[in-house]
Amino acid sequence: MQHRTFFWFFFPTAAAMLLFIALPIVSVFLQSVFAPHEAVLVEVESCTPLVGCTTETQVDHDATTELRSNQPLGRFVGLDIYLDRGHLAVNEIAAAWQATDSMGDFISKVHNLPLYRALSFTLTFTFLVTPLLIIFGLMIALAVNSLHRHLKGLMIFFSLLPMIVTPLIGSLILFWMVDSRGVVGSALVALAGDPDFSMKASTGLTWVMLIIYGVWHSAPFAFVVFYAGLQTLPQDQLESAMIDGATRWQRVKYVVIPHLMPLVTFVALIQLMDNFRVFEPIVGFNASAHATSLSWIIFNDLGGETRQLSAASASSVLTILGVAILLTPVLIRTWRDFNAKS
Amino acid sequence: MNLKQLALASVFALAAATTSANAACEIGARVSIIGNEFPAIQTVGAGAAECKGAEVKKNLTADHKNIQVPGMQGNPAEYTSAIIANSTIVALMNENLIRPLDDLVAKYGKDLQPSQLIKIDGKVMAIAFMANAQHLMYRKDVLADLGLEVPKTYEDMLAAAKVIREKGVMKNPIGGAYAAGWNLAQEFNNMFLGYGGAFFKKGSAEPSVNGEAGVKALTMMKSLTEYMNPDYLTHDSNATNAEYRAGNVALLNMWGSRAATQTTTDGVTDVVKKGHAIAGPMTVGGGSIPASTLWWDGWTIAKNISDAEAEATFIAMMNGIRPKLMADKEIAKQAVWLIKGYQPSESATGVFDAAKSGTPSYPMVPYMGLMHTALGAELADFLQGKESAEQTLADVEAAYTAAAKEKGFLN
Repeated sequence: MQHRTFFWFFFPTAAAMLLFIALPIVSVFLQSVFAPHEAVLVEVESCTPLVGCTTETQVDHDATTELRSNQPLGRFVGLDIYLDRGHLAVNEIAAAWQATDSMGDFISKVHNLPLYRALSFTLTFTFLVTPLLIIFGLMIALAVNSLHRHLKGLMIFFSLLPMIVTPLIGSLILFWMVDSRGVVGSALVALAGDPDFSMKASTGLTWVMLIIYGVWHSAPFAFVVFYAGLQTLPQDQLESAMIDGATRWQRVKYVVIPHLMPLVTFVALIQLMDNFRVFEPIVGFNASAHATSLSWIIFNDLGGETRQLSAASASSVLTILGVAILLTPVLIRTWRDFNAKS
Repeated sequence: MNLKQLALASVFALAAATTSANAACEIGARVSIIGNEFPAIQTVGAGAAECKGAEVKKNLTADHKNIQVPGMQGNPAEYTSAIIANSTIVALMNENLIRPLDDLVAKYGKDLQPSQLIKIDGKVMAIAFMANAQHLMYRKDVLADLGLEVPKTYEDMLAAAKVIREKGVMKNPIGGAYAAGWNLAQEFNNMFLGYGGAFFKKGSAEPSVNGEAGVKALTMMKSLTEYMNPDYLTHDSNATNAEYRAGNVALLNMWGSRAATQTTTDGVTDVVKKGHAIAGPMTVGGGSIPASTLWWDGWTIAKNISDAEAEATFIAMMNGIRPKLMADKEIAKQAVWLIKGYQPSESATGVFDAAKSGTPSYPMVPYMGLMHTALGAELADFLQGKESAEQTLADVEAAYTAAAKEKGFLN
């Protein structure tokens, strides 16, 4: 392809990517290095029903308007927000390092900081859910593929249901089921033999519940991809394996899985990204007392009565960096495979 | 008079009647309302939408506080009116998005009572239409059976809960909206103010929750949670009310705005219906003021709209809170209205008791929202026994300070 042709061929895509991907990221980054102006406060009298008049502090609008019109972006704070307690918390970590003698103490101090607490759950979730959903997805795909063709359609539909259900609704349904008065909850109470047993009150069990939910919700995605891959299995290779006396397990291990490997990489890539941004189940399960994630922090910063746009932007940029770091090994591998082939 | 004349006359009479009905609410410019979704606000929105002459749009949703600031920041603003409470007006005031209403009140506000005018720095910035406060709801049958008094303090509440549990009547007799986040922070606010705490050092945005009042408030909350459903950190107002309606809870601190509907929804057992009673908010630690906060809901008018739109909005919103509505029994029951002609029903006694006993209003300072968010995110650690009260409160102050520095309230 000529360079000129290539340029015009690629131009629409490049323009869309610039407009919808690059620009928003630049804007979010800008937002994270600027913070609102220092508030000019005045004391005023305010009168409210049933209480009467009291002196309250208020923002001085005339002074603030002037500040804003001079510097519409706000004040430049550089990386201050990235380094503050709500994010990387460098000062707090340094202080914790000096104040503690043992590693355990240090870790528990770090775990008390919002970003690191969120990271500990986010990473646990990502690295448990992603491999589990790939394994389950493959198992379902193999099982459905070996069914009689009349049953296949029905089974595919049922296997896809968890993905069809909206994440928030799915997590709410499960949330009510594990309530101590719900179906699963009361069964667990009976099993545990402890009338005060509660899943929602225990951090560990909440994590388990969220991880099970994550696998339940995403396994169908892996299933569809693998099932499509299974339709392209090299039949002659399989037959020769059978003639050589390979068992079903050996055929899966030496023929099917190597054949599906590029798809495994693809699913891992997408799911690492998705699971790192885990959010809906935390809201649906009302689990923020036990588990938080980077996305939940952004939501919390924006959801208060006073929105913290700069803090939310900084968390967003950190999320993008996190995804980039997570995906690097997989991308390097794909790049190597690509080069080896060409 | 023949039949034709009669028909003509009645048509004229009808036309005259409809114009006079509409004359009360004829508007000349667009009206667009953003607000919360509970029944009283639905009523106000519906009243405003009755106006003729121009379009009246309303967006009543629980997510109102996330969209009202962006929706009023444009010029012209998308929303001409925001229905707010004393916590949410602060965000609008901080951004300078609402206009003083003195001239409109003088022109169209003859039906307003002086107590409805929210004056900030001498200017009317909002029109309040209802009051709200958290107060005690209890099961009089359960208390009477065991010979217990209605609790006046949180210490009484604990003692009563102990008896109820020991007699085997209920396993977890106390209810409370302790869901991590906004609700939990609000329960702390109540208790903290009840112990005489002040959130900020006088005249500054420096936090001062990590002190005696803060530790006492957390300790009391922890004692209460021992008599609650173990899932309490996931229970918001709705879930707490469901427990109460199912007869699992005998004592709870609940919003006055929920009092009227507490026993009228589906699935309330007859025992609960008969036993339901309400009382004023409780005090704590021998304090003189109740451990609760007083709230009002009202409406504001956007700054970034034309004067014609502001006028139309004022007329429409006044129609939404017209005194005539108070004659409707169903509407009168929906809230503790501040509107002229309102006859308090029995379910309003809790809020009125709260006002009479000197309950402080929810702090209306620009940085209170940040404090509320910090409390909501950090307090669960203490209740789960992960850290000490002092450590939790130090975390709250640190989280608040980081946020306040970002927003420019602290250096």
